[in-house]
Amino acid sequence: MAANLATTAHKSFVRIDRLTKRFGDVAAVDNVSLDIEQGEIFALLGSSGCGKSTLLRMLAGFETPSEGNISLEGESVIGMPPHQRPMNMMFQSYALFPHLTVWENIAFGLKRDGMPRAQIAARVEEMLNMVQLKRYAKRKPHQLSGGQQQRVALARCLAKQPKLLLLDEPLGALDRKLREQTQFELVSIIKSVGVTCVLVTHDQEEAMTMADRIAVMSEGRFIQVGKPHEIYETPNSRFVADFIGKVNLFDGVLAIDEPDHCAIDTPEGRFYVAHGITGTIGMDVSVALRPEKIGLQTEAPTDTSSNAFRGTVVDSGYYGSFSVYRVELAGGRKIQVAITHAERHVELYRRGDALWVTCSAQSLVVLIS
Amino acid sequence: MEAAGGRVSNFGRFWLIAGYAFLYIPILTLIIYSFNDSKMVTLWGGFTFKWYGVLAEDKEVLDALALSLKLAFTTATSSVVLGMLGAFAMVRYQKFFGRTMFSAHLTAPLVVPEVITGLSLLLFFVMLQRAIGWPERGMFTIWAGHTSVGMAYAAVVIQSRLLEMDKSLEEAAQDLGCKPFQVFYLITLPMIGQALASAWLLTFTVSLDDVVATAFLSGPGSTTLPVLILSRAKLGLNPTINAIATITVAVVAVGVMAGSLWMYKQEKRRAAEQAAAYRDG
Ligand SMILES: Nc1ncnc2c1ncn2[C@@H]1O[C@H](COP(=O)(O)OP(=O)(O)O)[C@@H](O)[C@H]1O
Ligand SMILES: [Mg+2]
Repeated sequence: MAANLATTAHKSFVRIDRLTKRFGDVAAVDNVSLDIEQGEIFALLGSSGCGKSTLLRMLAGFETPSEGNISLEGESVIGMPPHQRPMNMMFQSYALFPHLTVWENIAFGLKRDGMPRAQIAARVEEMLNMVQLKRYAKRKPHQLSGGQQQRVALARCLAKQPKLLLLDEPLGALDRKLREQTQFELVSIIKSVGVTCVLVTHDQEEAMTMADRIAVMSEGRFIQVGKPHEIYETPNSRFVADFIGKVNLFDGVLAIDEPDHCAIDTPEGRFYVAHGITGTIGMDVSVALRPEKIGLQTEAPTDTSSNAFRGTVVDSGYYGSFSVYRVELAGGRKIQVAITHAERHVELYRRGDALWVTCSAQSLVVLIS
Repeated sequence: MEAAGGRVSNFGRFWLIAGYAFLYIPILTLIIYSFNDSKMVTLWGGFTFKWYGVLAEDKEVLDALALSLKLAFTTATSSVVLGMLGAFAMVRYQKFFGRTMFSAHLTAPLVVPEVITGLSLLLFFVMLQRAIGWPERGMFTIWAGHTSVGMAYAAVVIQSRLLEMDKSLEEAAQDLGCKPFQVFYLITLPMIGQALASAWLLTFTVSLDDVVATAFLSGPGSTTLPVLILSRAKLGLNPTINAIATITVAVVAVGVMAGSLWMYKQEKRRAAEQAAAYRDG
């Protein structure tokens, strides 16, 4: 394994090259390229129907690409049937074989490889311990709860020591409370095994907490690929800013453009932004501002380096650890503001309170597309 | 409201009982009269088993019974195999030349009147025999007729099971290293096993009590039990026929009850196990 790492370190482990899949004349996956490194957990994130599953199924070999190439460790896997690919997929429905016990489900793939009996028993045992289901070995899948079924499905995939683990909506079938707990368990198992993993999800929180890198997809294309904090803090488009987390978007035109800062004129006023863009003065742009990066205060701000606007509280919601306000700006535009309660005694505003809305130049991002 | 509801329910109950009576009193009469010690079917002459004894020595009845069972067995088996292939073609291959036509043909025998099926097959076999000297009318021709109908029944039953089966089970099997034929016998076959069994039983019964198509397709010396019963009944009611019918009813009743009981137990066990799974987390 270590030698392997050294020789493949310079080139990418999985390479997806200009991959396209058309169903009829609709492109479910449209000219997508991507490199995934060994040991990485990579998430494909997008709303339903954007082509994530199709891309995953092409990796597994269930769909044949219309164009493009997929290679694993430098070798193309196109044309290789699913049963020969060194990858295993966990299905959204888990696809546990209902007529087999937990033990037999996990051993299923090993038997197909012709592994000797004793070795199979040892390997299944190891997997059962890993997912803490040892005492359920003799049960049938329908005798397990949802969370247990998910762990059996994971164990069945990992038993074969795949080079690439594919997860389709791994937590999609679980209820909300179980999901949060399970996503950390899942990551710790994947990381301890060290397997490279591609997972598909429509839940941005799930993608952010589990993945090392994320590709945000829409209509078969990658809109942005990056680490979770890059995608959250520096979205490259209105689509990504809007899709990941909450955001206030202000449409305006570019007024000043310097290498280290710029200014955008919007109906709500002028925003100073602490980064330059490559554009022409007067072009249409948007300014993205996350709710938690906004400050509220009753006195007029003295610090002239940050942006400040007058506003009125329209609505407020108290969530314990934070409060969410809807504030109407001078032009009539309503924005969302989240104030964290870092102290026990914080000032809470009420509907109708007139106040100042502030945000630093560093907290803003200008979006061109 | 209360009173109106009560009246309606009494009215309903009356018709329910009347319906059951209409269905079961004739069968009950038939059973009782199979033990009637009198040649006259309509007169009670005391209790006896003698008609069953007569039956056991009636070679014609025994031959017809043997033929019926052989036919039902072969028909059920061939229908399930062919019906399964047809169902697979329909469910797994969404696009192939002549799919719509194939779909219509697969289920046509269910809606075409059996007289037509029987007559057309008869004409076909007669022509074929004249042309190439084969087939002689007999077990083979009856089997072919039964299978063409039975296959349609089997295809419908198996198709509905295949449609509700999670496709990702087969994909998972492939993913875990199964070659296509291994997927079939390790996963698909066990999954649809119950549907195959139902289809087999259904076509077995359909074949066993078929009269119309059989009457067209049977030749000399190849009479099935229902055809024999019918021809004897035409000659006049006779206690031996009552005895045959009673045995048939008994066999069917026991079979159906055993089947339902088994299914009920399975279902109950499954529910209990599921409940237990959630209880111990
Ligand atoms: N086998 C198929 N035949 C035709 N269209 C398909 C097929 N599979 C997926 N699609 C279409 O491709 C698009 C992407 O589907 P999918 O990859 O399942 O999306 P996601 O997993 O992101 O929800 C959808 O518009 C879907 O209708
Ligand atoms: Mg999907």
